Amino acid sequence: MTSQRADCGNLELRSQSCEQNLLSRPDGSATYCQGDTSVIVAVYGPAEVKQSKEFLDKATLEVIFKPKVGIPGCSEKFQERLIRNTCETIVLTALHPRSSINIIIQVMHNAGSLLSCCVNSTCMALLDAGLPMSCLVAAVTCSLSCDGDIILDPTSQQEKEAKAILTFVFESRDNEIITSNTHGIYSIKQYYSCVEACRKYGFVSCQSPLGTTNTVEQ
Amino acid sequence: MAAHVNEVVLPGDILQELSDSEQYPKLRLGPGLRIDVDNVVVCKCGILRFREPSVFWVDTHQKRYVPVKGENILGIVISKAGDVFKVDIGSSEMATLSYLAFEGATKRNRPNVQIGDLIYGKLLVANKDMEPEIVCIDSTGRSSGLGVISGGFMFKCSLGLVRKIVSPDCQLMKLLGKHMPYETAVGLNGRIWIKAKTLSHTIAISNAVCCAEYMSKKQTEVMVKQIVSSQWT
Repeated sequence: MTSQRADCGNLELRSQSCEQNLLSRPDGSATYCQGDTSVIVAVYGPAEVKQSKEFLDKATLEVIFKPKVGIPGCSEKFQERLIRNTCETIVLTALHPRSSINIIIQVMHNAGSLLSCCVNSTCMALLDAGLPMSCLVAAVTCSLSCDGDIILDPTSQQEKEAKAILTFVFESRDNEIITSNTHGIYSIKQYYSCVEACRKYGFVSCQSPLGTTNTVEQ
Repeated sequence: MAAHVNEVVLPGDILQELSDSEQYPKLRLGPGLRIDVDNVVVCKCGILRFREPSVFWVDTHQKRYVPVKGENILGIVISKAGDVFKVDIGSSEMATLSYLAFEGATKRNRPNVQIGDLIYGKLLVANKDMEPEIVCIDSTGRSSGLGVISGGFMFKCSLGLVRKIVSPDCQLMKLLGKHMPYETAVGLNGRIWIKAKTLSHTIAISNAVCCAEYMSKKQTEVMVKQIVSSQWT
């Protein structure tokens, strides 16, 4: 099979690494690598907010997504929105009313599964900034090949050949889905089998030291 | 003492022992912990700390300051607006400082404060829904070291570092003071002001403080020795 990865099997994630607090100016920063995909995230906040964007009862959360080359277009705006909605569910914005939290995501290299890498990196940067959060998140991308095989954490080549690409974000408390983003054609049965395949890894990567396993957080 | 004390905790962790009200009838929760329904839940990543009889909090790495009532802070005067000064203390909002909140100040006798001055003050009002307010006097009307600071050098560092420096266990400032006399004001908003006799002393002290963030006691002693020996040669 041509799409088989050299480094690991189809139902395994590529090797991951993370570094926090690598930028000196932002309040929190992190870089996250999944295989060759890598992004760097900076978090500013709680900072001053423009009057037009001010909320009296919660902080304003803004996400800026910067592609590797060129100017951000429609799909980047969509990703921004997706990540912002994910962050709004986990950050306790009510504790910092009338302030702003800015998240800037810079893509360093896209070798597939970019969205899940962005979400994971954002979570680590929020952790570094010390913003109050209700729980952590972990994102996993999977793709469905034409013959219906599930490939976890696909490379860009595998994404191109895929029939559908599905990304799920799980929270650490009850391991429930908080974001689901899909492209392509799939049956309901395939959707659920993808969720279960991803959940297995979303769960492991989100376990805290108080639990049993701890892979990403260290 | 509950389990997990002095261990790393992450947002979303539920501290079961603390949620049990019989064990800690007068439970006090500090930063990083909150009550969600009936459980004590962690909301910041860091190390869980405990102090007798039943005070718990999470020590976190943070750079952005969030005002807390009663803390001493260093701020820069940004503007004068009528009878208050606006002071930048590094938080999401400017703090206000009344011109009457100085030692000996009256409506006739205004304090001499200019835009750009460095202020060492105490937070009187720190509330998430209100503008922070600072004062440069204590409840008896004395300045007790607070007020406008002139000369010297101010630099910024992380909040964890200033908390480490003001803690009684930290010997760094005392060790440095044995070898070179200096004045200092530590603001818990991540700002440190230093005034030494010479420029090279100021630079040496500020470098020593910046380097000390992740050092153990032994390491700081060695570092101070190295700095002192390099000063005299």
